[in-house]
Amino acid sequence: MPRRKGAPEVNAGSMADIAFLLLIFFLVTTTIETDAGLDRMLPPIEPPETDVIIRQKNIFTVNINKNGQLLVEDELMNLKDLRKAATAFLENNADGSCSYCKGRKDAASSDNPTKAIISLKNDRETKYSTYITVQNELVGAYNDLRNREAQRLFNRDFTEMESEYLNPETPTATRDDLKDKVKRIQDMFPQKLSEAETSTN
Amino acid sequence: MAKFTKKKDGDLPAVSTASLPDIVFMLLFFFMTVTTMKDSSLLVENTLPNATEIKKLEKKDRVIYIYVGKPTQEYQSVFGTEPRIQLNDKFANVDEVGSYILAERAKKPQELQNVLTTALKVDKNANMGLITDIKQQLREVNALKVNYTTYEGDAFNNLQ
Repeated sequence: MPRRKGAPEVNAGSMADIAFLLLIFFLVTTTIETDAGLDRMLPPIEPPETDVIIRQKNIFTVNINKNGQLLVEDELMNLKDLRKAATAFLENNADGSCSYCKGRKDAASSDNPTKAIISLKNDRETKYSTYITVQNELVGAYNDLRNREAQRLFNRDFTEMESEYLNPETPTATRDDLKDKVKRIQDMFPQKLSEAETSTN
Repeated sequence: MAKFTKKKDGDLPAVSTASLPDIVFMLLFFFMTVTTMKDSSLLVENTLPNATEIKKLEKKDRVIYIYVGKPTQEYQSVFGTEPRIQLNDKFANVDEVGSYILAERAKKPQELQNVLTTALKVDKNANMGLITDIKQQLREVNALKVNYTTYEGDAFNNLQ
């Protein structure tokens, strides 16, 4: 008697096992992308040709010693107060030329945000984690001010605008639009964070 | 009423597992797309510090990595317990950083060579002295854009 049936069906029951095997292989060998961090620019090695004279009151000095203690403007400071102090310094606005600042106009502090410079110095034995915390607080001070102005002008946070602008998946039209806004806020509070060479003792 | 009471008596029908492979494949593809291969095995301890004001490193092909930290247990007998630099798959001295950056830069396509970022993956227990030396080296080869890679989290947790 001739067979009437077609080819017998292939048993696909082990397909799931194979797929699981592959899945587990990829789970083990790969890592979820965690790369994010604090972006910083290092100063160029060759000094600028013209010497710029910066008045002492426009510099906000932050020193970290090897025990992780902070010396801010020659006074011992707790790390938790650093952000507030930096913010106050940046928008101090002593010469009154900055219309959006809410500072105290203290004559002994910075003239306006474009002139204000934060100088960060550390010891060779400073712990990296402390250094990152200080950097984070100083960048945070800038971001707080920029967010405030961005909220006032564009009703959204600067950090959010910037990350959307930097994201390569954002459509070009949106990016062009954001570019001017981001630039405008950045110019209001230019990030001038100098990292002096380390003291050796 | 017979309509309602007339049911197949006895065993439950078996749940079809025919779509199980599809589900697993879906998971597989998900993990394949969101994850990246580990490109170099770590020879140093690498617990990154936390920070809140972070930016994402967008394009992986524009990043050069430098790892710093204490050598892991199995290398401690040879390399000691002081923090060391890891470039690619081997330990290096500070003065090799500059040439490493130049070599890595030369490998990248022309149009990317000016937009490279150096990602410093530094263990939170390292000292700043080594980092300062690395920064000096980076300045010498004009690799000025750096990213201190961190985890997202409260920065004050670093101090404990």
